[in-house]
Amino acid sequence: MTGLDTQILTTLLKERSGLSLTGDKQYLFESRLGPVARSHGFKSLGELTDALRRSPPPGLVRAVVEAMATHESLFFRDVKPFEELRSFIIPKLMEARAGTKTLRFWSAACSTGQEPYSLAMLLQDEPRLVGWRLQITATDLSTQAIERAAAGRFTHFEVQRGLPAKYLVKHFKRNGDDWEIAPALRQAITWKVFNLLDDPAPLGSFDVILCRNVLIYFDQETKRLVLERLARTLAKDGFLMLGSAETTIGITDRLRPVPEHHGIYVPT
Amino acid sequence: MATCLIVDDSRTVRSAARRIVEELSFEVEEAEHGAAALARCEARMPEAILLDWNMPVMNGIDFLRRLRAMSGGTQPRVIFCTTESEIDRVVEALEAGADEYVMKPFDRSIIESKFAQVGLL
Ligand SMILES: C[S@@+](CC[C@H](N)C(=O)[O-])C[C@H]1O[C@@H](n2cnc3c(N)ncnc32)[C@H](O)[C@@H]1O
Repeated sequence: MTGLDTQILTTLLKERSGLSLTGDKQYLFESRLGPVARSHGFKSLGELTDALRRSPPPGLVRAVVEAMATHESLFFRDVKPFEELRSFIIPKLMEARAGTKTLRFWSAACSTGQEPYSLAMLLQDEPRLVGWRLQITATDLSTQAIERAAAGRFTHFEVQRGLPAKYLVKHFKRNGDDWEIAPALRQAITWKVFNLLDDPAPLGSFDVILCRNVLIYFDQETKRLVLERLARTLAKDGFLMLGSAETTIGITDRLRPVPEHHGIYVPT
Repeated sequence: MATCLIVDDSRTVRSAARRIVEELSFEVEEAEHGAAALARCEARMPEAILLDWNMPVMNGIDFLRRLRAMSGGTQPRVIFCTTESEIDRVVEALEAGADEYVMKPFDRSIIESKFAQVGLL
């Protein structure tokens, strides 16, 4: 790969997904795009970037962008944020929404679904929410990830990362080597392909947005753009949840951290 | 340093588990069946137990029931770690007092996430 190839790929990624690949991460092009090049019939990454520069066949750009994203996820990731949902966010919102008894959640980079499914299981376990209308929208840039998520099928390893055994027993069925989540949970979630660089207004407004472990891949300006749009789709008394290595501080003043509740932000 | 007792009749499994658990900063003790594990617990209760199901002399579920019946002191966190992967078995283990359940084969990330879930990390 030449310097020009690297530059073309870096620009494409930044424009299409916000992903900012700095110098030390560029070795990832070789390891992640090799298989894409082969499956599209190119002999080298050079040939692939050539095609991208000219008129790329449909699907190639998408395949490149999807291959470069990190889809790593697990159920109840980091444990604590889900405790915060249960003991802090939900009680507050139940008070605020006692009139409408409706809560809207958005998992904004849901990857293969572990995050929205964790949320759905947690909500179903909450006796105080019986009789409430709970809507979960789950989106990701990757069509492949959304398809897998919506199918609700997880491997032996995936169901053992973060998923409490009591939930495995309650919500999953074995199917060969895989595990399938209950149809009721799959159907409780609205799945959509959505790019965080686009305007989320059409998705409606949300009481809770989980946007976890995706901003870390963006540069400062993209983080600001995305965060400010999220702030606009968040109810005035709603909550934004970020990943443990992410923050709004120093990026935008439309959102501020809630003291003593790590990873939780509210509109200013 | 907290102690984790690894109970498994396979030496290979014990040493694979030992490597992972030591990396999580636990002092490791080993037992090859439930009866040996029970004797260890009577001498000194560990903070965590990684427990196989099928073993000679005393199997994991019998061990667990006796452990949970022991009085006094704080009870350890018990994580089953077994090839048994039928839902009924998981239910049985939870009812007998297991805190979590790992289905073999396992890897570092599974053990680590289970330890975190039961509050050991
Ligand atoms: C590391 S996963 C995080 C999954 C989950 N939120 C969690 O915390 O475990 C990051 C996800 O962000 C998605 N992603 C990357 N860029 C995106 C964009 N511009 N819009 C929407 N999703 C994006 C990727 O496809 C990937 O599935």
